[in-house]
Amino acid sequence: MVRGGARGRPPLSLALPAVVTVALLLLPLAYLVLRAASGGSSAWHGLWRRSTADLLWSTGLLVVGVTAASVTVGVTLAWLVTRTDLPGRRAWAVAGTLPLVIPSYVAAFCLLGAFGPRGLLQQLLGVDRLPEVYGYPGALCALTLSTYPYVLLLTAAALRGLDPALEEAARGLGRTPFQTFRQVTLPGLRPAIGAGALLVALYSLSDFGVVSLMRYDALTRAIYLQYRALFDRTPAAVLALVLVALTALVLLLEGRSRRRTHRSSPGVARRPRPHALGRWKLPALAFCAAVVGVFLLVPTAVLVYWLARGVGDAELPWRETLNSVTASALAAVVAAVAALPVAFLAHRYPTFWTRLLERLSFAGNALPGIVIALSLVFFAANYASPLYQTLALLVFAYVVRFLPQALAGIESALASVSPRVEEASRALGRGPLRTVATVTVPLVRPGIYAGAALIFLSSLKELPATLLLRPIGFDTLATEIWRLTSVGAYSRAAVPALILIAVSAPFVYLLSSRHEPRPVEHG
Amino acid sequence: MRKLAAFWMLAVALAGCGGSDNAGEDGTLTVYSGREEELVAPLFDRFEEETGIEVEVRYADSAELAATIAEEGDNSPADVFFAQDPGSLGAVEDQLAELPEEILDRVDERFRDADGRWVGTSGRARVIVYNTDELSEDEVPDSVFDLPDPKWRGRIGLAPTNASFQAFVTAMRLDVGDERTRQWLEGLKANDPKFYEKNTPTVEATASGEIDLGLVNHYYLYLVKAEQGEDTSIANKYLPGDDPGALVSVAGAAVLEGAENAKGAVRFVEFLLSDESQRFYTEEAEEAEIPLVDGIEPREGVPSLDELAQRGPDVDLSSFGAELEKTLELLNETGYTS
Repeated sequence: MVRGGARGRPPLSLALPAVVTVALLLLPLAYLVLRAASGGSSAWHGLWRRSTADLLWSTGLLVVGVTAASVTVGVTLAWLVTRTDLPGRRAWAVAGTLPLVIPSYVAAFCLLGAFGPRGLLQQLLGVDRLPEVYGYPGALCALTLSTYPYVLLLTAAALRGLDPALEEAARGLGRTPFQTFRQVTLPGLRPAIGAGALLVALYSLSDFGVVSLMRYDALTRAIYLQYRALFDRTPAAVLALVLVALTALVLLLEGRSRRRTHRSSPGVARRPRPHALGRWKLPALAFCAAVVGVFLLVPTAVLVYWLARGVGDAELPWRETLNSVTASALAAVVAAVAALPVAFLAHRYPTFWTRLLERLSFAGNALPGIVIALSLVFFAANYASPLYQTLALLVFAYVVRFLPQALAGIESALASVSPRVEEASRALGRGPLRTVATVTVPLVRPGIYAGAALIFLSSLKELPATLLLRPIGFDTLATEIWRLTSVGAYSRAAVPALILIAVSAPFVYLLSSRHEPRPVEHG
Repeated sequence: MRKLAAFWMLAVALAGCGGSDNAGEDGTLTVYSGREEELVAPLFDRFEEETGIEVEVRYADSAELAATIAEEGDNSPADVFFAQDPGSLGAVEDQLAELPEEILDRVDERFRDADGRWVGTSGRARVIVYNTDELSEDEVPDSVFDLPDPKWRGRIGLAPTNASFQAFVTAMRLDVGDERTRQWLEGLKANDPKFYEKNTPTVEATASGEIDLGLVNHYYLYLVKAEQGEDTSIANKYLPGDDPGALVSVAGAAVLEGAENAKGAVRFVEFLLSDESQRFYTEEAEEAEIPLVDGIEPREGVPSLDELAQRGPDVDLSSFGAELEKTLELLNETGYTS
């Protein structure tokens, strides 16, 4: 096992872009500190209330619940579709990843439409009352729906890259599939699961749409309420800083659980012999069907039902689709490129500072969109007015919010490329930068694409920052959904929602059907 | 590595392009609208037609736009702020210009800022919306003070985080005092009301029978009927007398002090208060808001301004911004927003 990677000081041409990128990502944090400081001490006193403790508790409960549920669902599905003889594995893999394209606020609307009071299910069953969906259960369900695909994607990719020889040896020595999974496979998956769980946890910390629709008291909801309260932006900033502290805690926990495991011998990337599920085949199928049923079919069915109920004169939002795709594609490219030096520095020149730099880039990820939006409003309107309300600023906002998703893609790919390959290149006389460009980047390309695809999907769904930062008149699919649902016109809102899903679906297909990473040529 | 560097250059180049189209060229007017596009877009179209002034509209939530204007400071590209409620307008009053007298005079004093920095453009009445399958109008209480009665247990819905409900509680505070308002809030809370995010879901829940009564603004009824059909079993009850539940509030407009197109901005506010625009609420707008200008009657079934002027609490809308903090504290302490 090789610790670390390329030796020596990181080259300036890598360090400088990384530092500049992270500095820009810290703008929202700087804004919060500025706002919180400008309010004097009274705003801080407000923190020492029982309600703050309650908020922390309910937020923590939600984050832990969603993360646990997402990891359970995501890892189980990933293992089933990559390592077993489950019938229709490819199809399950794609269908299981598709909920990623449903914006969480749409998911919440749909779950309420299906399971809520007087919802579709109640009408179908003809009963008077169903268990309450509002509050914790609803929030847990909607957030799990929108986040478990992150775990599924990263874990499945890691499983495909993992040398099956070890698992086969364990099976050969008489271990059951479950024991093999727990003792051999799982330890190798830990970085991928950790990265997925981190994305899930930060997503549930930052999401507002779900907790607001499900009426669950989380920190983000309190922050929004403070902004709505208008008279003073300081308390909102103080609460948002509490959220940042929670984020730091989550990052710390994840950083600890992360082990730097490079494969010392990359092994031959080949299809592992699948485990025979045997009598577990039916339960496994039932599990997949339940996941896909609740998380994909139910929301889609509700949207189609709304669409069918509508008057049918809906115009297709072509311009909005084009706008959404343009902004999101730009964000994907910019974020993937900007994430590269940060990821590379942290993995190949691992010092305290490079790790810190990488961790800092998560600053914007757990903040609710409104905070990101207002911070960029403040900085751009006052210090960069030519950029204000341009497409460039909107793209930048997406990058600030979602860059860690590109990091996750690139880093998990980096972790599975042995630094020895790079060392060989160095030994053969190539400089450090040429090595990165000619050896590493090609090897981690699938990871870069995966990261870019995740950014694309997230930007497509983004609403709060889009509303405030887009150029005037630059309508997107997300703003269309907002425009129509805010006056209760669900039947017309179903059109942009379904288009959003349709536009995203091919990317999800590419992400989930990505085959084993190209075989690593041994030196 | 050269490739990586090239990528970076490309990224920077991309970030740099994108064109800035927010330059306040002559003739264009920039409006920040907290009012829904679905409801007010025709007004903008008509203004453009009539004056030849091109209008650019940024739509978002009123409170979020107020926060945006505050963050933008003197550099705000907005010429006009068209908001859902007096509170959002009041929150940025330092950045608003005084409106000309003749515009202000189109509207009754009750429905504009005491210092003339914003003016109401349409009225909305608080009502109790009820499910007509469950209740007749007579069975619906005549006063919000009857709502803590145990017979309404679990049957009432409201949106405590919504500006319109908060304005109603502010009105109650100013009308009957903090203590009595607190008692009312506690009594109602003990009756297990259902909380919704906004007015629309409250009315939808009333229509579906999830609840029997909802405390909302009058015009959401029309929006929900437009979506679910005219035969949806809901109706509004306008409370009689000076009950706080009969509050009439307004959506309003203001011109920003730093407006680049100040002339166009004033002209737009003037246009909103023209007879023709006011008639729009009666004759065309789906949501049937109440015209605020003398002589324009509201939609059938909606009480006229004169009629409404006889009822409702006697309170100053332009003080609502300053009173909001206290209202929120009260709502927090009584468990409505925490």
